Amino acid sequence: MTTAGHQSSVGKYVVIYFCILAIAGLQFVVAYSDISGSQMLVRMLVLAIIEAALAILFFMHLWMENRGLLWFVVISTVFVLLAMQYGWTDSFRLSGGVPWAS
Amino acid sequence: MSHADTLGSQSAGAMEQPAFSVPAKKMAMWLFIIADTATFAACLVAYGFIRNATPNWPRPFHSITNVALMTFILITSSLTMLFGIEAAKAGDKAKAFRWTMITAGGGALFALLHIREWLGLIGEGMTLFKNPWGTGLFGSMFFSITGLHLLHVTGGVIALVAVGIRYQGGRYGADDLEITGLYWHFVDLVWMFVVPLVYLLNLGH
Repeated sequence: MTTAGHQSSVGKYVVIYFCILAIAGLQFVVAYSDISGSQMLVRMLVLAIIEAALAILFFMHLWMENRGLLWFVVISTVFVLLAMQYGWTDSFRLSGGVPWAS
Repeated sequence: MSHADTLGSQSAGAMEQPAFSVPAKKMAMWLFIIADTATFAACLVAYGFIRNATPNWPRPFHSITNVALMTFILITSSLTMLFGIEAAKAGDKAKAFRWTMITAGGGALFALLHIREWLGLIGEGMTLFKNPWGTGLFGSMFFSITGLHLLHVTGGVIALVAVGIRYQGGRYGADDLEITGLYWHFVDLVWMFVVPLVYLLNLGH
């Protein structure tokens, strides 16, 4: 890699770093805001996903890799994450104090 | 592509290319990262399930200073890792080794701050099974999730030191440093979800 290319990469990493720091800071601000628990959870998750996307695409260089690898990683991971979410109705049933389904 | 990767693709067949044109070592690390993501996701989903279903969930964190400092250190260590990888790609071995050791130092500092935080909570009466603020499930969830992450950080620090020394000795190349860097960024990525879900949503204010 040329010196100019090297400098450009380092500069890009520093910009992404400050973006990630800013988003992390925003999470701390959201933590102290006067909003409901579910609203706070949604905002925290959205910010965390944006942070993670920046880290995966640029820090882990997935954006620069073969597009096939990017789609393989994203689709398989998202599929597994979504597959874990089916139990939430049971969590709400338990929080409502109902031991057995009617 | 290293000699080992060439051998790998040759043993599979004369015309067979590595999957997604990614060397075997890097592909192995990506597959491990995907699997470990599922592990942490399962832990965090289980935590969310239990927290949602438990009425007397404690919110014991009053100060965000320590967790903010730990977050800053870990994110900065990802940046220093990238500096090391860029130096390695440019052929500057001394600089690459220096940045890798700085990254390992950041990880070690994170681990020390984490253990200090654990000792503080244990001193306040929190264990795996009980605490003075609410349901005992909080302790088991907190220590298992943060403990699993701390284990990954510790392993990462050891890996960074080992790979860094072998890179400096000429046994490993820049691609090996990059692959170790992938693991380190993953550890940072997990922390980006642990902080809001385990710490910030349990702030007592």
